[in-house]
Amino acid sequence: MKKKRSVIEIISSVRFIHILLAIILGFAVGALFLAVMGVSVGDAYGKLLDSVTTVKGISYVIVYATPYILTGLSVAFSFKTGVFNIGAEGQFVVGSMAAAVTGILLKDLPKPALIPLCFLAAMAAGALWGIIVGTLKTKWGINEVLAMIMFNWIAFYLSNYIAGLPGIKNTGTAEATQTISENARTLLSKQTIADLGLAPTANWGILVALIAMILVWFIIEKTTLGYELKAVGSNRFAAEYGGIGVNRSILTALAISGALAGLGGSLQVMGMGSRISIFSAQEGFGFGGIVVALIGCSNPFGALAAGLFYGALTYGGSKLNLVGAPTQLISVIVGTVVFFIAISVIFERLGGGIRARRNAVAREDKEKREAAKKPPLEEAKEPPAEAAGSGGAPEEEGKEGEAK
Amino acid sequence: MTDVINSLGILLFATLAYGTPLIYASLGSCFSEISGVVNIGIEGMMTAGAFTGTVTAYFTGSPWIGFLCGGLAGMLFGALHALATVRLGADQTIAGTAINMLGPGLVIMIARVLFNSTDTIPLTPEQRMPRLLTGVFDTGTTFGRFMDNVFSTYASTYLVFLAVIIVWFVFYKTRFGLRMRACGEHPEACETLGINVLKTRFLCVCMSGFLAGLGGACVTMAISNQFRPISIVGQGFIAIAAVIFGKFRPHGALVGCLLFGFCSGLKTVLGGSSGIDTQLISMIPYVVTVLVLILFVGKSRVPSASGKPFIKAR
Repeated sequence: MKKKRSVIEIISSVRFIHILLAIILGFAVGALFLAVMGVSVGDAYGKLLDSVTTVKGISYVIVYATPYILTGLSVAFSFKTGVFNIGAEGQFVVGSMAAAVTGILLKDLPKPALIPLCFLAAMAAGALWGIIVGTLKTKWGINEVLAMIMFNWIAFYLSNYIAGLPGIKNTGTAEATQTISENARTLLSKQTIADLGLAPTANWGILVALIAMILVWFIIEKTTLGYELKAVGSNRFAAEYGGIGVNRSILTALAISGALAGLGGSLQVMGMGSRISIFSAQEGFGFGGIVVALIGCSNPFGALAAGLFYGALTYGGSKLNLVGAPTQLISVIVGTVVFFIAISVIFERLGGGIRARRNAVAREDKEKREAAKKPPLEEAKEPPAEAAGSGGAPEEEGKEGEAK
Repeated sequence: MTDVINSLGILLFATLAYGTPLIYASLGSCFSEISGVVNIGIEGMMTAGAFTGTVTAYFTGSPWIGFLCGGLAGMLFGALHALATVRLGADQTIAGTAINMLGPGLVIMIARVLFNSTDTIPLTPEQRMPRLLTGVFDTGTTFGRFMDNVFSTYASTYLVFLAVIIVWFVFYKTRFGLRMRACGEHPEACETLGINVLKTRFLCVCMSGFLAGLGGACVTMAISNQFRPISIVGQGFIAIAAVIFGKFRPHGALVGCLLFGFCSGLKTVLGGSSGIDTQLISMIPYVVTVLVLILFVGKSRVPSASGKPFIKAR
């Protein structure tokens, strides 16, 4: 028997609709603030849309999104394995610095050798940063959130220090590293960029991001390793009882997570950045990655979509000044979206309640019908009593009913 | 010898100056964590407090009204966090991340409307947090200068030590404190005993925002005299780290914050004179924190119900 589903139920059970609703509400709140500030909502959102829908705009969005997709994948992967990788920021920073140093010191290597080398260096550095925190946790029981916050700053100052070293530092006046070798850049050819009218920093880093996305999906869904990591993530005691090495799993998860963020760092410097500045504040690629992972429901494909969304807002937001709207509007919109995603659990609970009630009604109907069919035997009274007794799990009962 | 005592005085002054905002924020974090709500949004609440504090002080001319309003602004975001996490059962990390984006985004937008710039107008000395005990010590002598450096400090610093004592008392010597700690350990058991878990947690998260807001206001009203987008960069997270460091106890968090402040002070004192690279010196507080954790502190036990939304049974 096919059951009719009410609109509320559909809304409540489809995660994608929650995200969409949250995004709409985010823009609504943004519009409210624009109105209060006296800026035309149409102008601002029109500018936002215009700037990301041209060919050049789209190429910019992809360039902006690439590093966020990687840090988003990193955080999403860590969420799946039960660790909150707030340290993606630091892993990203050491990754980009490792790639930059490789690209500067080995500048004479040919492109096919140098580019993979840069990627490897970045992934190794990111993984190392993850493993350090993992070791602190598994060996000394140090809270990983605390350790990651510390190592984000250690990475930040380490990067600034390396950027100022002789041989690395820019020989001019700029407070930055030298520009990395042309052979380490992932830019598309000048000809292609000019022909298609793309952004000057258009690069093929997005392809690396796509490969990483598929790999992450494959590891999580299709391998024993992924199964073990997820098991530790959902219940480490049960996993341990089942013979999974919990400490090893945590280390592996953080290493992979760190490598992903590190790779993101290399894509940023090899594509868009070309060199690393001496910063006065963290750039926030890792924190952006947390947002991307949350909007993308900790799913690799979600991270891609959310990364592009975040990239579009970041790039479009940089154009808002032109119509007199503040760039910070983007933080407010994204913050609101994340806030509504956080409270969207209320829909699920609402839906759960409705489902439970409907299932209860359906069960009663069924019992009545069965009771009417059969002559009133003494034994027939027992199943209804049982059903009433197990009312604690109405959802599961409902699913069983559907299966039949 | 005179130089050493002078340096020591400056070092202690810097320790207190850097430490004060962290202590306020970490007391806030304690309130929230111990009642079972992870509050990663401390950073955003501090930013709200930092901005609101300076702006109100600028318009009213009174540092105290500014300070209080800074706290209230933090509390507003605390209430938002509480609404999401306590009332609606939202994921605490996600809601906190949202607060961290909303807080800075909103205040910088308002700054642009009010001042046509992302920075606020610098406060005059009368509008800033007053310094107590100035001119009490004879700065002509080495000892006097040392005392002046250490004790002639901002009123907010004196207040924060009072706040630590009050919070400690509330946590461990009052019925409310016992109840909130119980809510962080076993909310179901609390509910059966007739304690209103939701209300207790809501109050604690609001309080957490208030204290974080005060901490933010200290940064822009005492250490510096204006709000800039880079006023609050990571202090909120350091405060959270200090709380974990202090094993979720207010006096433990105080030690963590002071250690951190001391290392940051070391950075100021060593910065100019020694030949070491400033970037490496800046790393000291973070490296020392990790080392101290490995050597002395070790594992810290998180309140058992921390991070889990409590859904009231019907």
